[in-house]
Amino acid sequence: MNGMALSDNSKAFLLSIAMLVAILGIWELATPGVKSAGELTEYEMLTGGGGEQARVPPPSQVIEKAVKELSNPFYDNGPNDKGIGIQLAYSLYRVLSGYFLAALIAIPIGFLIGMSPIAYKALDPFIQVLRPISPLAWMPLALFVIKDSQASAIFVIFICSIWPMLINTAFGVANVRKDWINVAKTHELGQLKTAFLVILPAAAPTILTGMRISIGIAWLVIVAAEMLVGGTGIGYYVWNEWNNLDLTSVIFSILMIGVVGMLLDTVFAYIQRAVQFQE
Amino acid sequence: MTKPFIQISGLSKRFPGANGGEPLTVFESANFSIEKGEFVCIIGHSGCGKSTIMNILAGLDTPTDGGVIMGGKEISGPSLDRGVVFQNYSLLPWLSALKNVTFGVRARHPDWSRAQVLEHSQKYLEMVGLTGGAEHRKPAQLSGGMRQRVSIARAFAIRPELLLLDEPFGALDALTRGTIQDELTRIWSGSEQTVFMITHDVDEAILLADRILLMTNGPFARVAESVVIDIPRPRERAEIIHQPAYYKIRNHLVEFLARRSKQLSGVRDHGGEPPVTVRPGADDPDEQERRPASRPQLVSVAS
Repeated sequence: MNGMALSDNSKAFLLSIAMLVAILGIWELATPGVKSAGELTEYEMLTGGGGEQARVPPPSQVIEKAVKELSNPFYDNGPNDKGIGIQLAYSLYRVLSGYFLAALIAIPIGFLIGMSPIAYKALDPFIQVLRPISPLAWMPLALFVIKDSQASAIFVIFICSIWPMLINTAFGVANVRKDWINVAKTHELGQLKTAFLVILPAAAPTILTGMRISIGIAWLVIVAAEMLVGGTGIGYYVWNEWNNLDLTSVIFSILMIGVVGMLLDTVFAYIQRAVQFQE
Repeated sequence: MTKPFIQISGLSKRFPGANGGEPLTVFESANFSIEKGEFVCIIGHSGCGKSTIMNILAGLDTPTDGGVIMGGKEISGPSLDRGVVFQNYSLLPWLSALKNVTFGVRARHPDWSRAQVLEHSQKYLEMVGLTGGAEHRKPAQLSGGMRQRVSIARAFAIRPELLLLDEPFGALDALTRGTIQDELTRIWSGSEQTVFMITHDVDEAILLADRILLMTNGPFARVAESVVIDIPRPRERAEIIHQPAYYKIRNHLVEFLARRSKQLSGVRDHGGEPPVTVRPGADDPDEQERRPASRPQLVSVAS
């Protein structure tokens, strides 16, 4: 360093690393490895651990697990033993299909609501009632109507990601500056051209904010939905490892959920920046 | 007698009164005309409805009574034949300066090739002095003066029959304002363009206009006078103040705005008389007397 001033970014980075090391250190020290307490009875051996209470595994074990899982993420040894990559891929598939289906409906309807105060007033009570419903509450109804657990999970993602996109699109479209609409009018643009050349770019930052909120919610909800429907996916994986009492895998998958969620958010943050404009 | 290029007849704007009260009449029975190629400024205090008149001309607002005929056709809705430069520039902030201009050109000439649109747009940006990379910046990265230049380029580039300017220099500092006024005059004089402009600035109006319409205060505002600017063109900012006609006209305008706009206001049912034509800058004293307005004479007698 030699007295050279560090940029704020590198200072923050170093601080992050220090915090990580501290947390992992404390965690490691707080969870000493399992010591065998002499001879084990047959019963103790069957219940897995000689009087030793089940403990949260230390980070070294989790890292070991992560290296092992990530070095072969796509193995498939039957329904109860698939690689983490396959599980995440299932979850992503459900999230993205439910999400884009929602976008396909929410953005055009949001446009309509935003452009027409009457449509807004007519649809508002429905939105206000449907929006606060926990997406998982739809699950029984979805299972009954759709009769397919896969599709039901996708439906739950659909229903939870539709609201932020719908509301933000409507808000963004309704609040496009009158001046810009007047510019479109004085240039004799038709409705379709006005929508695509003026309203869409003007409302894009607000729409993207809604899309970013939605993808975040969808990723939160998929874990719970998969715990319910089972079979595949990261949510199922977490629950399955809990049933196996494999806490190392549970912690590892929790971290993976976080990483994937962050990546999804980063992608949308990037798109959001691309459509952002300064007035 | 040939019909004027633009005829505004019996134009009124009323807003419904609050709680079913008496409606608010902003202006009433405005009757005036604009000739082809004429530069007309309109001056009046806030609330007299000049912006409403401009919006009606642009087709963005509708009058309560009366109508506007331009080139033999009644104005109903916005059209590319009427270009508008808004007070706050109204550039699309997500497009570069150049793209803002091509936006207009493409709307005007949907059949043109990309290269044609680009060439035409760049020509007009050059005309307002926006070159050397500045044309690729977004409006937020441009100064107020530059933004207004882009806005003017966009309006001129579609070559409308009538150009409407709503206080285009209101938000600019005096120096920038002067430069852009000069540019506007230069572009206008080479274009046979008809211009209708709102301004609050008396000096700006004298510098630019062939004729200045004066409005009385609202409510029940009306276009009271049509002041002909008898100062020969080309007019230079530095030279114009030495013209004998300059201060006569200026004093007349200031006196109107300070005193008579109030005295004359509030007259209801004035019968829709056209504004009285005044020539304060004319040499011949007889010419200065008010005459019943026929078509305004644009022949300068001050030279």
